[in-house]
Formats: sequence, structure tokens, C-alpha cells
Amino acid sequence: MSLLTVEHLTIRFGGLVAVDDVSFAAEDGRITAIIGPNGAGKTTVFNCLTGFYKPDVGRMCLNRDGKEFLLERMDGFRIAGQAGVARTFQNIRLFPRMTVLENLLVAQHNTLHRASFHTLAGLLGLSRYRDAEKAAVARATEWLERVGLRRAADDEAGSLPYGDQRRLEIARAMCTNPRLLCLDEPAAGLNPKESADLAALIRDIKAREKIAVLLIEHDMSVVMEISDHIVVLDHGAKIAEGNPAQIRANPAVIAAYLGTDEEDAA
Amino acid sequence: MPFPQALREALMAAFVALMLAIPLIGFRLADTMQGLAIETRFDWVAWGVSAVFVGRLVLGLLRGRGRPLGLAIKMPALPPNASTMFALVLGVFALVLPFTPLGDRYTVELAITVLIYVMLGWGLNIVVGLAGLLDLGYVAFYAVGAYSYALFAINFGWSFWLCLPIAGVLAAMFGVMLGFPVLRLRGDYLAIVTLGFGEMIRVILLNWKEFSGGSAGLTSIPRPSFFGFPFTANPEPGQTAFHELFGLEFSPLQRIIFLYYLIFALALLTNFFTLRMRKLPIGRAWEALREDEIACRALGINPTNVKLSAFALGAMFGGFAGAFFATRQGFISPESFNFIESAVILAIVVLGGMGSQLGVVIAAAFLILIPELLRDFSQYRMIMFGFAMVLIMLWRPQGLVAHREPSIRLGAKA
Repeated sequence: MSLLTVEHLTIRFGGLVAVDDVSFAAEDGRITAIIGPNGAGKTTVFNCLTGFYKPDVGRMCLNRDGKEFLLERMDGFRIAGQAGVARTFQNIRLFPRMTVLENLLVAQHNTLHRASFHTLAGLLGLSRYRDAEKAAVARATEWLERVGLRRAADDEAGSLPYGDQRRLEIARAMCTNPRLLCLDEPAAGLNPKESADLAALIRDIKAREKIAVLLIEHDMSVVMEISDHIVVLDHGAKIAEGNPAQIRANPAVIAAYLGTDEEDAA
Repeated sequence: MPFPQALREALMAAFVALMLAIPLIGFRLADTMQGLAIETRFDWVAWGVSAVFVGRLVLGLLRGRGRPLGLAIKMPALPPNASTMFALVLGVFALVLPFTPLGDRYTVELAITVLIYVMLGWGLNIVVGLAGLLDLGYVAFYAVGAYSYALFAINFGWSFWLCLPIAGVLAAMFGVMLGFPVLRLRGDYLAIVTLGFGEMIRVILLNWKEFSGGSAGLTSIPRPSFFGFPFTANPEPGQTAFHELFGLEFSPLQRIIFLYYLIFALALLTNFFTLRMRKLPIGRAWEALREDEIACRALGINPTNVKLSAFALGAMFGGFAGAFFATRQGFISPESFNFIESAVILAIVVLGGMGSQLGVVIAAAFLILIPELLRDFSQYRMIMFGFAMVLIMLWRPQGLVAHREPSIRLGAKA
């Protein structure tokens, strides 16, 4: 059974159907890309998965270790905390005035907060909390090393270069210990070298963590290189689905991206 | 800035000054023999407007020479632990103040007032500085604390030490009460609702006469005792007064010094509590919420709990300060809890530098001491006060202490 099953997802904003009866699945250990021209409804799907929007129709079922979570019925913060869906944002949303390390510790808030016995143990400085904090710092350090930001650990997150901020946001999402990682245009604004590093990082996450990755991306070189499965949206509807080779050859996809002869003639 | 542009800006400023000065300074109601008459003072207007013109021109020309505002003084490079050292010196000074030659009655009373505002500033700093929730009604919790102490002490004769936690808990409950309806609001909208909440509390206290005594307030609130030993010259039979306990001469200063150390201890408690909270998950969540609420949600943090805890804890310290205020004054009325108080406390937090504990101390000292020291200037006092605030905000727009100390360091760049 798939980790995430999305069935007949439909979202309307007034008269506009932003997402129209879209179904797809995301599997463990695989990278599923959602592509499509601007305004196709990709980010809306993400916002729905992470609880920022509620779908009008449809079911989003996340199967975590035999337990089923119906995402459309959960609050946004519970989707992240309990179902284990982590995301990054198209326009980076770090905590800019906090340090890199603090960003990664905030991501482990729920674990730490429980360990601090809702602050009490922490206030008294009990060892139970100190150990939990050490573990959290160790986890953060491990991720900092994996994204190559160990040296910047005590710098303000907002002062990092753009590419580093993108990688930090991914590290932060990974620190929540997710089952499903949703990356919203992680390569936007990166130069070719940084894009290649990013592709390597995502592949590394896929190889070493037992999670599913959902990816929205415009950079086709990244998408075609790392995706196992691609879902193509256009005007809110799914127009194609398959592996990179199939998508590249699909006439409907080419038409959506480049326009058709009839449209040009019209 | 090139000369023509500076000239243009100076002319604009002079024009605005002219428009303001003609009605405000140009005309004056004078009491003459034939009754009221209008005098004109256009020479004053001319002087004022030319002063604005010249000042703006000079400022504009100076700005062109690589200086941000002609005012920005370059701070000398401070050693990294300078603020800790400074805080320590301030703390030691505060500790010995009543026993130095400076420690006369007036100074100690003034220091108590400053410390009350320091404590209020630290309390509000949790809400505004750390959690980033703009609260314009903080004085409501101060009032809740003051009235709960006064009412419990007057009606049930409960002691200060029993009433203090009750005042804190009640204020925290009011904090949660305010917190619930404003959970979805941010920024300006939040400020308006909290402003209304603060006024509501004041108006209720003003009008519910049976409960709070209305505008007459509550009088003869019990004064604090030294853990049961009163500060009186002639204690009632069977009681031991403070001076008798220690075999001292009676002096009214003893009570004031006790009050001073009481508020000093309460303020320090607030400070250490906040410093500790900052290093805990909840404190980091407050700051994260200030930085980006949507990101917090995406990381599984429940924003409701985080906001309510900030409101509740901030309010609790306001309540403690209120209880102290009531026992110090012996008399409270809604007058003491108007909007100006909220504004002053907020100004302390903003002027000090949002989230900075040391900044609050400096700003509180500044905001309370300057008007006090300027008493000799009588009617020009508030103008000079306002001028000083404008200068500080020009000089340090981020607040006096803008530096943020990370709550944790990984250190050792490997």
C-alpha cells in the first residue's frame, strides 16, 4: 500500500477550480514530482496536503506504520506533528533572526517540549530534559553536516546566502522526523552548480531515509534526473502520469508546456 | 545629498512647519481690558520656520557625506561580554543603593518606581519582544493584580505573600481570556483588540462601584509587613514591630527599603524566569512564532498553545507587579491604569530593543528618570522628553540594545 494516496482531490476558490479531481500516490523510498505550467495548481495541492487549505472534495490518506491518517480532517500543525508531513516553501520561510541551529531545534519542538514535561522539567533543569536537548542538538548537527552548513551553525539564518537557506529549510523539515517530505520548488533561484548539489541532497535523503518525497519543480533537468514518478497538472487537472521517459514523450505534456498548433492558429 | 535636492527637502519641511505654526503659534488668545482678543505672533512663526529650514538643509547636506543621519555616533567596539558585565554592575549598584549616601527617601522611592517599570517591561517583553504579539492593553493585567491583592487583603485580611501568587494566577487567567479571541489576529488588528481589552478592564473597575469602589478606588490597603512583623512605630499589643525585632531605631525609611528589596527580588525573578524560558522549547517557539507563524505550523507547533502561554506568563508578571503596586501605594483607583501606562510600558520594550532584557532596564530608567530630572524645566519637561525620545530613535532605530544573543551555541567551528 502506498504511503500517501490522494483521491479525487478538488479545491475551488469561488468559481475557480484550482485543483480538479486529481488522484495520485506517493510511495516510500521514491521521489514523486508534480510538474505543470504556472498556475496549474501544484502549490495548492501542497497547501491542501499540509492543511493550509481544506479540499472541497476528495480524500488524502497517509498510511504511517499501519496507522491511517485522513489529512483532510486534521489541523495543519497536527498533520506535521502526528502524520509526519514536512514541507518547504516556494518563498523560503526560515526564522531569519534565529540562528541556524535554533531553526533546527524549533523543528524538534514537539519532542523537546514533551521531554521538558511541558516546560517544567526544563525549568528545573532535570536530566531528562538535558538528555533530550543533547539528542536534539546531535540530530541537528548531523543534518547540518549533511547539508554542509556545520560551519554556519551559530549564524543568523537570515544572513545565509540564498542557496544555503534553501538547503537549511530542507534540513529543518527533515529534523521534524517526517514520513513524507514535500519540497515546493527547492531549486528556484539556484545556479546550475547549486541545483546539482540539491539534486544530490534529495537523492541522498531518498537513499538513506525511509521516507517518500513529493517534489514541485520547474527545473526540468532536476526533475528528469531524480524523479521516479511524475504527475503532470495543467489548469488544475491531471493530464499525464508516468516515469520521466514516458512524460518526455507524452504529447499532452508537450502541448501543455509549448502550446499546440491549433492554439497558435486561433 | 546634492544641494538642489537638500534645498527641495528643506523647503518642503519649512512649508509643513509653516502650515503647522500659523494656527499653533501665530495666533494667541489674549486677555485685554476689552475682553478677549486675538494677538498675532508672526515673528515667532518666521523664526521657527527658518530654524526648521536651516536645520533640515544642514541635515540634508551632511547626509550626503556618507553619514546616515549626521547623528549616528559610531559605537566603540565593545568586548563580547560587555553587556553581561554592564548588567552585573547595574545589579550590584541596585543591591547596595539604599545603603549608599545616595539612598535617601526620595531616591529610594524613585528607584522603586523604576523597578516596577523594569518588571512590567520584562513581563511585556515576553509577549511583545519574544512572541511578537503587539499588546497595547498590558496595563489591564497590572490592574487585575493590583485589585486582586487589594480586595483579598481588605476583605479577607490575607497576607501579601498569600495574595501574590493569587494575583499572578488571576492575571494569567485574564491573559488567557484575552488570548482566546485574538488567536487569529496579528499586528495592527491585535493591537486594537488588546487596546480595547485594557480599556474594558479600566471601565469596569470605574463603574462597578460595589466591587471596586468606582472612581474613588480602594483605600487603606494593608501595607506590607516583614514576614508578619509590621513596620510601625507603635505596634499593637502582642505584635512585634520590625525595628524591635532587630533592635533598631524606628525609621519610616525601613519600610521603603524593604519595599525596594521586595520589588528588586520580584523583578529579578521575572528576569531569570524569562532568561531560562528563552532556552527552553517553549521560549524558542515564542521567538519562532514572532519570526514566522506559517512556518511554525508546518513544523507541527500548535500556535494556540504557544500564544496563550506567552499571554498568560506575560500577564502573570504584570499581576505580580500590580500586587506590589497596591501594597506600596496603599491606595488604588482606575486612574492608575489608563492607556498611558500601557503606552509607557510598550515604549520601554520598544525603546530598549525588542526582546532585550538589558535594554528594558536602560529604557525604563530613561523613561522614568528623565521626566523626573527635568522637573526644573517645568512646562518644557514633556517637550524635552519627547525630543530625547526622537533623538534616540534616530540614533538607534532598532532600540538601545538591538543585539540578540542566541539561546544555544554549537560553538567550535569544526
